[in-house]
Amino acid sequence: MYLTINGIEKSFVNEKKERVKVLDNINIEAEKGSFVSIVGPSGCGKSTLLYLIAGLDRPDAGDIRVAGQKVKKPGPERVVVFQEAGLFPWLTVLENVTYGLKLKKMSKAEAEAKALEVLKMVHLSRYVDSYPHQLSGGMKQRVAIARALVMEPDILLMDEPFSALDEQTRMVLHKELIEIWRKTKVTIFFITHNIREAVQLSEKVVVFATRPGKIKDIISVPSMKDGVMPDSVTLHTEQKVLSILQEEIEKVLKEEMGDDYSFKTGPVHRNDSGDMGSHI
Amino acid sequence: MIAVIWEVTSRLSSLPDFMFPGLLQVLDTLVNGIISGQITEAILKSIGRILLGFTIAIVIGLILGYFIWRYKLVEDTLGFVVTALQSIPSIVWFPLAIIWFGLNDFSILFIVTIGATWTMTVNATSGFKNVPQLYQRVAKTYGSSGFHFLRTVILPASVPQIISGLRIAWAFSWRALMAGELLGGGGGLGQLLEMGRSLGQMDLVISVMIIIAIIGTIVDNVVFSRLERNVQLKWGVSSR
Ligand SMILES: Nc1ncnc2c1ncn2[C@@H]1O[C@H](COP(=O)(O)OP(=O)(O)O)[C@@H](O)[C@H]1O
Ligand SMILES: [Mg+2]
Repeated sequence: MYLTINGIEKSFVNEKKERVKVLDNINIEAEKGSFVSIVGPSGCGKSTLLYLIAGLDRPDAGDIRVAGQKVKKPGPERVVVFQEAGLFPWLTVLENVTYGLKLKKMSKAEAEAKALEVLKMVHLSRYVDSYPHQLSGGMKQRVAIARALVMEPDILLMDEPFSALDEQTRMVLHKELIEIWRKTKVTIFFITHNIREAVQLSEKVVVFATRPGKIKDIISVPSMKDGVMPDSVTLHTEQKVLSILQEEIEKVLKEEMGDDYSFKTGPVHRNDSGDMGSHI
Repeated sequence: MIAVIWEVTSRLSSLPDFMFPGLLQVLDTLVNGIISGQITEAILKSIGRILLGFTIAIVIGLILGYFIWRYKLVEDTLGFVVTALQSIPSIVWFPLAIIWFGLNDFSILFIVTIGATWTMTVNATSGFKNVPQLYQRVAKTYGSSGFHFLRTVILPASVPQIISGLRIAWAFSWRALMAGELLGGGGGLGQLLEMGRSLGQMDLVISVMIIIAIIGTIVDNVVFSRLERNVQLKWGVSSR
């Protein structure tokens, strides 16, 4: 197996100086070139897990291996796309995209040629000399994706990359991401709290339970690699994920609103099911 | 308007000319001083001093700021001391400097530097501390670390705060410079003021005051404001 996450445990110390367990016995495997999503209520430790894979933080127990190699520190073969694009405001689009390449000691000319190629892939050729504040939210996120892709990573780690975007932009970026995934065969690890997004994009959906974060279930998404999925199939999978999450949603709502709250899942309406994910 | 009031009050007032010169007389002295080189020389001398002192202060401030930001132990010890030192007006250091170095150029340079160092340190520290976690994570995932991390992320991300530090630091060292030159001699605008006083040349005193005001304004409004505006334009005003 290409990426193995094995028995990961992680706790943090909160403001009251108590140890709080955030991740409890996490085991996930992903094949090379696969597209795996993680869904779960916010605060369940999704970002924490992603930072562990990225090597930005260390687990308390367990290990993460990529192609058999244990992850010990950040590396350019595992890059992260964050929820906010995180572009450096003091650099132009092109300088942002070549940032990682220059760290790899690539010559300036070669780095720029590569960056231009990738920027073309995300349709931003016209904005190479712009500064980040001149771009819209969707464009910034495209630059962030380009900055990651230009490294030719083995694994692309994405932490709710589209959740701050409007629905239209998100739909366009979904399509582009799938195209990029097919073209580059990169392994994608995608975090979201939007069930529909997870089901539409990925081959495998890992559903997280909360406090402490642990794996509740892993669902395979029936896929038709070359065609558009019939709505009924996606809808069915969405409902399956939702029903698994129901208990978790209730847990979170009760904690936030008191014990008298009870959440009932009725039939999912197509119109608002995109939102349904963001309210968990 | 102000010029007219000045000229008229000066003519009407009972004070003798050497104590309250008219505007025209002052301008005359000013122009002559610049042409003869007396004022020009003093300007160059003062500017040379402040550039040197200010540069040293910036370098020390950035380095101290780095250590305070980087090491908890340094923050707990030195951090507190710096805050206390910052509240001492720099001319207060002058007696000490005279005892240490004598009444010379070096003492003046010392207070010019020390006037700006603490402010610069405090601003650099807070600039470094406020670098968004997100930028740091991004840089690290691309493999940045050590000096590269400092140079490409921490420093540029603190530029807005560093510029406002420079601005305050400049104001402090400019004041310290004038006070030091006034008391310590050794050439410069401050000493020219003192000379004007002792020779009873009020026109010279006022000329020098005008020069001091002009230089102060130019540096603040032209140099620092422009730097600040450039950063705001480049980053987009709301990016922080
Ligand atoms: N560095 C940290 N120190 C203390 N607590 C943290 C830290 N990082 C995350 N946490 C806590 O861990 C929990 C999970 O956070 P996170 O992984 O960001 O959740 P998610 O991404 O699923 O919303 C949260 O309760 C958060 O407060
Ligand atoms: Mg998160």
